Amino acid sequence: MKLELDGVAARHPAARPDAAPALQPLRLQVAEGEHVAVIGPSGAGKTTLLMVLACAMPPAAGTLQVGGQNPWVMPRRALQRLRGRLFLAPQTPPLPPRQRVVTAVLAGRLPSIGLWASLRSLFYPSDIPAAHAALEAFDLADKLFERVDRLSGGERQRVGLARALLAPAALWLVDEPLSALDPTRSRQAMQTLVQQAQARGVTLVATLHQVDMALAHFPRIVALRDGRLAFDLPAAEVTRDQLERLYAQHEHELLGAPAPADHAAPAAPAPAPVVMHCR
Amino acid sequence: MELAPRAPLKAPVTAPDRDPAWLARVFWLGASLVLLWPLMVATEFRPWILVEPANLKVTGQFLATFLPPAHSPEFLAMVARESWRTVAIATAGMTLALVIALPLTLLSTRALSVSALSGRMARGPFWLRQAVRGLLIVLRSVPELVWALVFVRVVGLGPTSGVLAIALTYGGMLGKVYGEILESGDVHATQTLLRNGSSRLQAFFFGLLPQNAAELTSYTVYRWECAIRSSVVLGFVGAGGLGQEMDNSMKMFHGGEVFTMLAVFVALVALADRVSAGLRKSLG
Repeated sequence: MKLELDGVAARHPAARPDAAPALQPLRLQVAEGEHVAVIGPSGAGKTTLLMVLACAMPPAAGTLQVGGQNPWVMPRRALQRLRGRLFLAPQTPPLPPRQRVVTAVLAGRLPSIGLWASLRSLFYPSDIPAAHAALEAFDLADKLFERVDRLSGGERQRVGLARALLAPAALWLVDEPLSALDPTRSRQAMQTLVQQAQARGVTLVATLHQVDMALAHFPRIVALRDGRLAFDLPAAEVTRDQLERLYAQHEHELLGAPAPADHAAPAAPAPAPVVMHCR
Repeated sequence: MELAPRAPLKAPVTAPDRDPAWLARVFWLGASLVLLWPLMVATEFRPWILVEPANLKVTGQFLATFLPPAHSPEFLAMVARESWRTVAIATAGMTLALVIALPLTLLSTRALSVSALSGRMARGPFWLRQAVRGLLIVLRSVPELVWALVFVRVVGLGPTSGVLAIALTYGGMLGKVYGEILESGDVHATQTLLRNGSSRLQAFFFGLLPQNAAELTSYTVYRWECAIRSSVVLGFVGAGGLGQEMDNSMKMFHGGEVFTMLAVFVALVALADRVSAGLRKSLG
C-alpha cells in the first residue's frame, strides 16, 4: 500500500494544546511493497508518525494519502474498512492476559471475517494450522494453547508480531518490535518480519531503536529528530557521522546503554539492554 | 562504554523536620466531623438507646421467641420449596437484568467508541451514549420495591412481579457498573483491535471481555446474591418466595420459623460467596 505525506504535522491527542507538535510538517513517500525503518532518539516522533500512518489519529496539518485515498475525508465505515487493510503492532503487545495465544493470534483475522465467524472462533479456533504456522515463524509454536499471562515479555511481543501474519493487511506498521527481545531473537524476529512482508508484497514501516538492525534489514532509513526529518537515505549511504549527529546528546541510545529514566519508554515490558554497534 | 553522566555532588542537607502534608490532613479530618454532625442530628442518631434496660428487655423477648428454631417436616418442606422459589426469582430476575444490561452497556461504554479512537467522540454517538446513560439512571433510581408494588397491581400477587422488579432495577445497576468496569480496565488490547479494523462487537469479544472477565463475573455473582436478599424484601409486598412466608411468620409472632428462614438466607449468601470465589479463581 502506497503512503504519501505532504506537510503532515501531528500532535499527540493527550498533549496540551500549547505543547509543540510531536511531528513537524513532514514530506514523505513510501512506495507499495517498500520496506522502511524509522530511527531516531527517544521523543523524536517515531511513534506519532506511525500512529498517523495507521489512521489512528488525524494529522494536525497537511494531507495524508493511504493507498491513494485521504482517510480523513472518508465516512467512518469506509475508514474502518481501510484500517482493516493495515496492521499496526504497538510496542506494548496488545494482548489480554487471560486470553489464549491461539485466540490472540487469530484476532489478526477479525477485519476479514464476520461477527458470527469470529464468535465461532472463540468457541473453537477457526484456523489452528494458520495460527500454528504464524507462531512457528516466530519460534513459538509450542505456546499455541498457553495463556498469554504465562508468557515472558519477549514471547508476548513475538505473539503480537505473529498476529501480523494473519492480518488481511497490505501495510504493516510495527512500533519497536524488538524492545523486549535479546539480540539473537531480535535478529530472527526481524528476519521473519522482513521475509514475510516481502513474500506477501506488504509495505513495511518499522520504528527501531537498534540502528544496526535497521541498517542490516531495511533498504531505506528515515531518521527523525525532534519531530523533524533528519535524513531519508538508502541504508548503504547512511554514514557514521550522520548517525552521530542524529543521536547527539542521546549517545547512550546509539551505544546501547539503558535510556535515562526521564526518557523511559513503555511501562509494560522492560526493554532488555542490548549492546549495539554502528557500522 | 560511556554511561549516563553522573549527578553533580551536592552539599549535605538536613532532613525536613515535619511532613508538609499533615496540616491538610488534620484540616480535612476536622472538616468531615463538622459536616457529619448535622447529618447525625437529622437522622436522630442515638445508638445508646439500644442498650437502655427497657429496650434490652424488648429485644431479649423478641430474640427469645427465635428458639427453638422451627423444624417440623412440613415446615422444612415448605421452606425448601419457597427457598427454591426465591432462588428462582433471583436467578430469573438476574437473567432478565442481563438481557437489559448487556446491550445498554455495549451502547454506553466509551471503550468501544470508534470515533473516540482518534481524538474526540463524534457528536451522534456521544449523545446516544448520554441517552443510554440517562435510561440506566432512570432504571436503577426507582427502587425494586416500588417497581414490585407497580407490578403487583399489574400482574397480580406472585413471583412474576418480583422477577420483573429485579430485572428493571438490576438491569440499570448492572449496565452502569459493567460500563465502569470496562472503561476502568486496560483498553490497550481493545483499542488496538479497533485500530486494526475490527468491528465494535469483535473488539468486545476478543479484547474487552477477556480483559475484564473476572471482574465482570464476580460483580454479577455479587449482584445475584443481592437479588436473593432483595427477593426477600419483595416477598413482603406479595411478590412470593421465602420473603412472603417470613412476613407471615413475623405477623403471627412465630419467631422459630423466622429463625429457620434466616438461617437459610445465611446459607444462600455463603453459597453465593463460594461460587464467586470459585469463578474468580478459575478465570483469574
